[in-house]
Amino acid sequence: MIAIFHAPLLQLALPEVIVVCAALLVLAMDILFLRTCRTRIRFAVAAAIASAGCAGAILRLLLAPEQANFLNGTLVANPLTHLVQIALLVLTILTLGISVDSTFTEHVGEFVLLLLIATVGMMFLVGSQDLLVIFISLELLSLSLYILTALDKRSARSSEAALKYFLFGGMSAAFLLFGFSLLYGFSHSTSLAEIASAIHAFHLGGSHIHGSQLNPLLAIAIVTTVIGFGFKVAAAPFHFWAPDVYEGAPAPSAAFIASGSKVASFFIFFQILVVGFAGAEGSAAWSRIVPGWVPALAIVAALSMLLGNLVAIVQRSARRLLAYSAIAHAGYMLLAMVAHTQQSFAALLYYVVTYALATLGAFGVVAVVEKQTGSDQLSNFDGLSRRAPVLSFCLFIFLLSLAGIPPLAGFFGKFYLFASVLAASSSLGLLWLVVLAIAMSAVSLYYYLQVLKRVYVASPAADVEKIQSPRLSRLVIVLLAGAVVLLGCAPHLLLRWILEAVRVAGL
Amino acid sequence: MMLAWTIYISFLGALALLLLPKGSATLARSLALLTTIVTFAITLTAFVQHRTGALLTVTQKSWIPSLGIEYHLAADGISLILLLLTGIIAIAGILFSWNIERRVQEFFAFYLLLIGAVYGVFLSYDLFLLFVFYEIVIIPKYFLIAIWGSTRREYGAMKLALYSFIGSAMVLVGLLAAYIVAGAKSMALEDLARFPFPLHFQMWAFPLVFVGFAILAGMWPFHTWAPTGHVAAPTAASMLLAGVVMKLGAYGCLRVAMTLFPLGLGPWGFHVLGLGSWRDVFALLAVIGIVYGALVALVQKDFKFVIGYSSISHMGFILLGLMTLNQLGLAGAVVQMFSHGVLAGLLFAVVGRMVYDRAHTRDLATLGPMNLNKAIPFAAVTFVVAGMASMGLPGFSGFVAELMILIGAWRAFPLFAVCVGIGIVAGVAYIWRAMQQAFFAEAGVEPTSMQPPLPPISIPERLGAILLIGASVAVGLYPQMLLNVILPALHSPLFDGLRKGSWQ
Repeated sequence: MIAIFHAPLLQLALPEVIVVCAALLVLAMDILFLRTCRTRIRFAVAAAIASAGCAGAILRLLLAPEQANFLNGTLVANPLTHLVQIALLVLTILTLGISVDSTFTEHVGEFVLLLLIATVGMMFLVGSQDLLVIFISLELLSLSLYILTALDKRSARSSEAALKYFLFGGMSAAFLLFGFSLLYGFSHSTSLAEIASAIHAFHLGGSHIHGSQLNPLLAIAIVTTVIGFGFKVAAAPFHFWAPDVYEGAPAPSAAFIASGSKVASFFIFFQILVVGFAGAEGSAAWSRIVPGWVPALAIVAALSMLLGNLVAIVQRSARRLLAYSAIAHAGYMLLAMVAHTQQSFAALLYYVVTYALATLGAFGVVAVVEKQTGSDQLSNFDGLSRRAPVLSFCLFIFLLSLAGIPPLAGFFGKFYLFASVLAASSSLGLLWLVVLAIAMSAVSLYYYLQVLKRVYVASPAADVEKIQSPRLSRLVIVLLAGAVVLLGCAPHLLLRWILEAVRVAGL
Repeated sequence: MMLAWTIYISFLGALALLLLPKGSATLARSLALLTTIVTFAITLTAFVQHRTGALLTVTQKSWIPSLGIEYHLAADGISLILLLLTGIIAIAGILFSWNIERRVQEFFAFYLLLIGAVYGVFLSYDLFLLFVFYEIVIIPKYFLIAIWGSTRREYGAMKLALYSFIGSAMVLVGLLAAYIVAGAKSMALEDLARFPFPLHFQMWAFPLVFVGFAILAGMWPFHTWAPTGHVAAPTAASMLLAGVVMKLGAYGCLRVAMTLFPLGLGPWGFHVLGLGSWRDVFALLAVIGIVYGALVALVQKDFKFVIGYSSISHMGFILLGLMTLNQLGLAGAVVQMFSHGVLAGLLFAVVGRMVYDRAHTRDLATLGPMNLNKAIPFAAVTFVVAGMASMGLPGFSGFVAELMILIGAWRAFPLFAVCVGIGIVAGVAYIWRAMQQAFFAEAGVEPTSMQPPLPPISIPERLGAILLIGASVAVGLYPQMLLNVILPALHSPLFDGLRKGSWQ
């Protein structure tokens, strides 16, 4: 029996505790005092309290950075987890900012509560190296997201999307749990570090003749883990929920799923594979393919890049287009895992954070347009630059950043990612993946330009009016656009931080 | 050093134009003109002051230290000439788009963004920075054509954007690979040029990067974006496209592909169809481009397509000059970059602005009966002068450039030089044909009095035409002006690999 000291545990989890308290406070305020007020006011109060909670957690993380490893990885705190948690909290605040003017629900308190609970789930997810805690926090996150997707009760599409999301998500959780149970059987531990040493011992044990052969148990665990997380990050061929959820969910929920949950999922996916499956990498180099999780991921990445980019070309709805572009971007980001070096981890973090900023902004613009025109069909974007010049300019920046045009953040993200992938294997073994990725980003420019063509080139229909964007949404969107430009022109601002954190965490 | 301000002033001008109150078209035009004049003055001052042509560092600051990427701007003789060209074309382009009335501020904002990025490419000495500017060029190009263009503008714009992006994707692969192979410590041009890349690596990286850049330079068979793009573009954009953007490609071929991977030009050790190296292959493609462009220009019905295909032909000369790998040919290629930039700008200005904006047609058969030489004599005279220069008559810049390239090619590839002769003859023919059909056709019927008279050539147009003709004549009469700065640049350490390797 291990004695658990609750005081240090609570202290370590103080940021999460702060967010949970804020969530409860939001719910209480909303239900007890604001029931009869207008939705706008309820949203404003709830978002203010929630943002204050998130800001408190950020302050705590910034001012009292602790390094700890509690109970063999059950709860980990180091500069890296702090960095990612701060990024997640910032994304939550920004999501709150663009949801303040929503009118899709009367359950304001519940909406903000779920958003915060999902954030707590992500924070625990990031701060753990133990399969059990990872799984529980993943479920906390996922269940909150399912409800967030379904929260627009007036829309049939929202319920349909949520059901689809739930069913697919449930299945992926089953896969994941199955894989985890195999891992436990293999290593008698749920700690990632001990699993890795079990794999290592197995290799040393020489129970196999060819150095490239995997234990079948381990092989199945790898496959199911990749499938489980493949669902989470919406990589092909496990992407089927993404277009429907992106399309059907209320805009703020979709934005949150596309940004925050992506960051957390990619982070922990990388951690599990690199820390937990160390020793079972294999190789995906052109001339020398060795079984392991790397070639499996290489296939998933290649498929995602191809499918996401090619299918995005024919989309007619802005949100579906963003969904397929998200699948394509998941493919690029998986390359960082294929490379699995410190450099590529830093590149992945930079990429996923800047990607989240750009996607969040794009969703913000889509939400405003959708609210005014009633749907997110691309034809509703015709002549947007003359109806809403500022928003259009921001959309211009977000989409070009997603396409990887300099000097925006997306470009440096891609450059650094591809450079780190190339550097990972000797004699440019991963060049084929990089060539595919660069070729596919040339394709992606086509569909992003199709949207921008509507915005800037097409003339607006005769009867439309100027688009009135709510002030706070506009402020958040402009801030996001500014961040995308700034991080593109001066990538070192963020990169320096990431590199330092990755170095200290010693991954 | 002031040169860096060419970039900043252009970008600031673009920003200021967007912030300007709506509805002041004249103010917007004047501001844009002022911006380009200031940048031109800066480049001219630098050109006059810096007579040696050696490398001149403008700024060098650490940018992304963890990757060894620097914000490094510098100029040598070659970049100075192209900067000067950019300045001239930028001013002329604005003078020739004085009549833009729709969304004026946005037009000039995109225009200045494009100009600033072009300055940036010519000034960059860090390859990451160069690539950044090189890609910034794509986006304003797309919108300039798609919004303000004519014939099949959206198709032409998208085709151009995708071709450019595919080209730059190829360049990116090559640069990334070079960066990694060299140890991922620096993206500086001189560091990478000094690094001894393995031969087998250079053998695939060189054609990749070279073709990536050459797509933008209109190399046959990757040229098809150029005629459609030129035709669809508004006058100023086609002037910029032919005048400077295609030069970006040629500049990249010389500055990046050839200096980084000089061994890639060497012999393969075997022959396929009589070709023994990438150098032979690209020289052949360049010659095909020269002849093909000229012959296709000969049968076009659309006046602007004639000029569009003539650009392919003239850009072929540049690529051929690069492939000669001797001092004469390389210097000739740089002079041709300047010369073609000025002349293509002028020809597009005559066709797009002076003729098309007045007659509203570019069909040669329809233009003939309009008696344009009487209606707009200035346009006719300008076209004759520009045509003569473009044919390569002595006294104009085209003559010097093409002569140098021909002599260079004669030494390197005698057989190709003969083929080029066919291209030159065809070049005379298509200019002659276009001139005759558009301006001096025998008017079969009397011009109907129903037609309103064409508006006269305006002052800005005259100024622009005089500026461009003046530039061409100045170089034609005193080519030493350019050669004095080109030759030292070609002898700088940057081209060491090329000189030691395959130089003849």
